[in-house]
Amino acid sequence: MEQKTKVIAEDGRQEIIITREFDLPLKMLFKAHEEADLIEQWMGTKVLKMENKKHGSYAFETTHNGKAVFRANGTIHEFIRDQKIIRTFEMENMPIGVQLEFLEFEKLTDDTSKLTMQIIYRSVKHRAEQLKLPFAYGINMAHNRLQEIANKIK
Amino acid sequence: MMNLRRDVFQAIADPTRRAILLLVATQSLTAGAIASNFDTARPTVSKHLQILTECELLTQEQSGREIYYHINANKMKEVADFIEPFRQMWDTRFNKLEAVMKEQKKGTKRH
Repeated sequence: MEQKTKVIAEDGRQEIIITREFDLPLKMLFKAHEEADLIEQWMGTKVLKMENKKHGSYAFETTHNGKAVFRANGTIHEFIRDQKIIRTFEMENMPIGVQLEFLEFEKLTDDTSKLTMQIIYRSVKHRAEQLKLPFAYGINMAHNRLQEIANKIK
Repeated sequence: MMNLRRDVFQAIADPTRRAILLLVATQSLTAGAIASNFDTARPTVSKHLQILTECELLTQEQSGREIYYHINANKMKEVADFIEPFRQMWDTRFNKLEAVMKEQKKGTKRH
């Protein structure tokens, strides 16, 4: 089966391109990127601020047991409804640095749409840090779980 | 091994095989010890171990009568740089987006 979400990360380049076709009309796809309460639902993070306009800014925060475990923010450079968003994105306390994101929204049919995200990092190294993150996260989760099990045995 | 690269992708795309990798990430284990962590039948786990060994993600070491599996750090480093876990993260996120918006759509129609 063909994968719905595709990621292109060519060797030696400092960008990642993510494409995804959605079983949703274009307006719904864009809305999911515009409204804070919807973003919160699919991104799984709290939206502290979301100013959808040129030179506006936004901020995300995820807390666990009252402690912030994830914080990210950025500035919006272009916001054209149902067409595109150009913004920066930065995760706090991460060695990835600021990234520049170009989000393009396209209508495929009345009921389907496509998102193309081009993400540009400061360097190839910064991009590599980003790519390692989900994998490292998986390993950490397993370690924590093993630790929990070990603690129970003790 | 013409499709080694694709094989590695397939190897880590399977949730049980990912779980096996995570399990042996901290210590070498025998097939029996690995299988005891899963509800899956022992031969199924053996098949997963075989695939992971063929992809060189795991290496076998004979110790007395037992065979221990341990993680091949070099290969794992290569996999860590791969985009598959990153792709899966976005795929999960976008699946959620689709589900959330379909719920929305239903909600609007009801009004």
